[in-house]
Amino acid sequence: MSDWIDIAPLERIPQRGARVIKTAHGCVAIFRTVDDKVFAIDDRCPHKNGPLSEGIVHGRSVTCPLHNWVISLETGMAQGADEGAVNTYEIKVENGRILLDASRLKAQSAA
Amino acid sequence: MAEKLVIIGAGMASGRLLESLLEADAARYDITLFGAEPRGNYNRILLSPVLAGEQTFPDIITHDAPWYQAHGITCRFNEPVVKIDRKARRIISAGGATDYDKLVIATGSASFFIPVVGNDLPGVIGFRDMDDVEVMLGAAEKGGNAVIIGGGLLGLEAAAALHKQGMAVTVVHLMGHLMERQLDAAAGYLLQKELEARGIRVITKAQTNAILGEGHVEAVLLDGDITLKADLVVMAAGIRPETRLAVESGLHTERGIVVDDALHTSDPHIYALGECVEHDGVVYGLVAPLFDMAGVLAKTLLDEVAAFKAPVVSTKLKVTGVDLFSVGDFGVGEGREEIVFRDPGYGIYKRLILRDNRIIGIVMYGDTQDSGWYFDKLKSGEDISDIRETLIFGPACQGGAAQDPLAMVAAMPDSAEICGCNGICKGAIVEAVQAGATDLGALKAVTKASASCGSCAGLVEQVLAATLGDAFEAPAKAGICGCTDHSHEDIRRVIKSRSLESIPAVMQEMGWKTSCGCHICRPALNYYLICEYPLDYVDDAQSRFVNERNHANIQKDGTYSVVPRMWGGMTTPQELRAIADAAEKYNVPTIHVTGGQRIDLLGVEREDLPSMWADLNAAGLVSGHAYSKGLRTVKTCVGTDHCRFGTQDSTGLGIKLEKMLWGSWTPHKVKLAVSGCPRNCAEATCKDLGVICVESGYQVSVAGAAGMELKQTEALATVETEAEVMELAAAFIQLYRESAAYLDRPYKWVAKVGLDWVIEQVVDKLETRKALVERFELSQSVYRKDPWAEQARPEYKPQKWAVLADLTLEAAE
Repeated sequence: MSDWIDIAPLERIPQRGARVIKTAHGCVAIFRTVDDKVFAIDDRCPHKNGPLSEGIVHGRSVTCPLHNWVISLETGMAQGADEGAVNTYEIKVENGRILLDASRLKAQSAA
Repeated sequence: MAEKLVIIGAGMASGRLLESLLEADAARYDITLFGAEPRGNYNRILLSPVLAGEQTFPDIITHDAPWYQAHGITCRFNEPVVKIDRKARRIISAGGATDYDKLVIATGSASFFIPVVGNDLPGVIGFRDMDDVEVMLGAAEKGGNAVIIGGGLLGLEAAAALHKQGMAVTVVHLMGHLMERQLDAAAGYLLQKELEARGIRVITKAQTNAILGEGHVEAVLLDGDITLKADLVVMAAGIRPETRLAVESGLHTERGIVVDDALHTSDPHIYALGECVEHDGVVYGLVAPLFDMAGVLAKTLLDEVAAFKAPVVSTKLKVTGVDLFSVGDFGVGEGREEIVFRDPGYGIYKRLILRDNRIIGIVMYGDTQDSGWYFDKLKSGEDISDIRETLIFGPACQGGAAQDPLAMVAAMPDSAEICGCNGICKGAIVEAVQAGATDLGALKAVTKASASCGSCAGLVEQVLAATLGDAFEAPAKAGICGCTDHSHEDIRRVIKSRSLESIPAVMQEMGWKTSCGCHICRPALNYYLICEYPLDYVDDAQSRFVNERNHANIQKDGTYSVVPRMWGGMTTPQELRAIADAAEKYNVPTIHVTGGQRIDLLGVEREDLPSMWADLNAAGLVSGHAYSKGLRTVKTCVGTDHCRFGTQDSTGLGIKLEKMLWGSWTPHKVKLAVSGCPRNCAEATCKDLGVICVESGYQVSVAGAAGMELKQTEALATVETEAEVMELAAAFIQLYRESAAYLDRPYKWVAKVGLDWVIEQVVDKLETRKALVERFELSQSVYRKDPWAEQARPEYKPQKWAVLADLTLEAAE
């Protein structure tokens, strides 16, 4: 069951950029791509926990600022030769506002 | 004894003549070169880019003083010749009489000033030489209105350039559409639309009746009582051959000085070439035929047989972002057919004019990629009936799949022209390659191919590759990342030559393979644009590596380090107290003294950065840029202030250097040091730029390294004053900023371009040095500021530093 939470207006995130939301089990990075798609993934690189929200966003990927792992925003999977993945979250934009499905966050914190 | 050769005119034709002549026989003539301008030969075609601010005058000089000196040419610049005494074989100038055995007239052409009242007012000028450009740039500085009379090639280049320089520009054109000599009405319309979209006003069918003003031009009056305000009027309604000297001395002159195929005038001791001559009833105004003439005349002067043949000349407009090409005959007439392709959405127009199944005219607008292919067919007179159905779609549609460019080049005949400016055909390049010129630089030097406007460099390289076959080694020019095949050097060159002003524009024009680049190319592009357009380009924070976006150095755990600047490694009790207070207030776990003589506060949380900076700012501390591809530190020793061995004020000089250089973005980090004596306590000889003070002055050396590689600096120059050190440092850094590949430290860059070249630019050529310093200062007028102060402003907190939302409560429910 979805549980949409209103996060913020879309323009609070720069295009090709990210902002962070705090959750009970850690930070989630909300990305906005050049074509205004939004994605939410854990703000911890599967490699050495680098803050993905500070990476350079290109296409549907982000490059981790610590060691240049490239993570898919769509799947959370590390790209290329690297192996690993981060959690992704359902997210959408409605009427210019970012909505995040908190059901997965709650499930995790309950677990 | 050498024969006396006197050349009147130091333009492009005579410059090329000198080269051809000296190359064939350097000893035969004792040469004197007269020029009315106060400067030597330069590339007049590139005056438009200079006017547009895309290039500088030193960039377009083709022959400088050392060149003339090395070749024993006596230069008499700024000295117009007033008379030719053919009987006595001497010419008269301000400096008296000069005898000649042979005389070459290369006086070029002058702007045609339309005969209306007021055409001699101050502020009304032509567009022929650097003086005109200087007048125009002077006017542009004040802004205001410019009226260009004449919508031909030259007029439009002037219009686009002056518009770029910030003037309100109107083009007044007598004919029904722009560039009517080169374009048909449809292409002229597309061009007009493009210029108008940029904000340039175009009035066609406009008869100029008078130029008004008291003491200086104020307005232009057109037919129908239209008055245009004008602070500057550029006459670009045509040129006329400069024949006054020839006429007065009784040489046979029609529109131009009449010459035969070998370029003799009617006097056996006098020759002429360039825009001032008339050959077979034709006067030439484009550079390619003039260069042909230079080659012919060099042979004639050496008693070889050579004949100038009228070439087919094509036209390209040097206005950035406008692609047009035209050649041949494109009027409508009996027995002519045409094939037309239009794509209004993309503003593309192509028209081929055929007669007897042969191409006789080409007009292309918007997409000129295939112009060379059509031009070859026009010149060869090939029968195109077999491919007529698909002809308009270009070579890609002949035989199905798009051709490999290399195969296309390989299939070109030897007579195919590769370099239009210099009239170099494929055969000449192939010959040069076989004779040992196996890279682009060597080919340029030997054949001149791609040495003028440079737009054919890619094609020249393809000929090189096709000729060498497997032996061809692509000159380490792999793309900078997976998004492009272009090298850093290519990208920098194209940004400049095509005035690309944004990251999307570069990606579009250079065919990026990804939609918005990657973490490798975007920071590089962002830097190149910052460097190229310091005043206009808006820094793209999203294309910055995290450290430069957050103005702090990210650590392995996602915290940051904060390093305030300590000018020249000097500090005060107040500063130290402020640093200690900040360290306590923000629970800084680690404090470290760096090798660059300052203090590093490690382990600062991201959200604390702006308030910590505000606290440090309050004590007068600013960012040390310890995270940037920019100036890091200027390390010093205490010099004459305290040290018994000190020879100069090394600390003071270090502080001055740091205050001049700080804030500048560079391809990679830059570190300096100033040592007060040769004991070198500041370790200046392993820095990017190091200064060692000695009793007599300062030894400046560059290109050291003490990181992954260890390398001692190499001497740049020894100078006597601090001011000279400052100038050398600014010029060196600016040259590095302008020409290095992103992420090359200075030592790597110097290894690539050669220390000799760097010394020539920074030390020997005083004008180049001065221009570099000026460009550095211009850039620093924007970037010499503290990023912390800006980032600590309150509005940045919600936009950037605070979390977007805190869900800890909700998720816990």
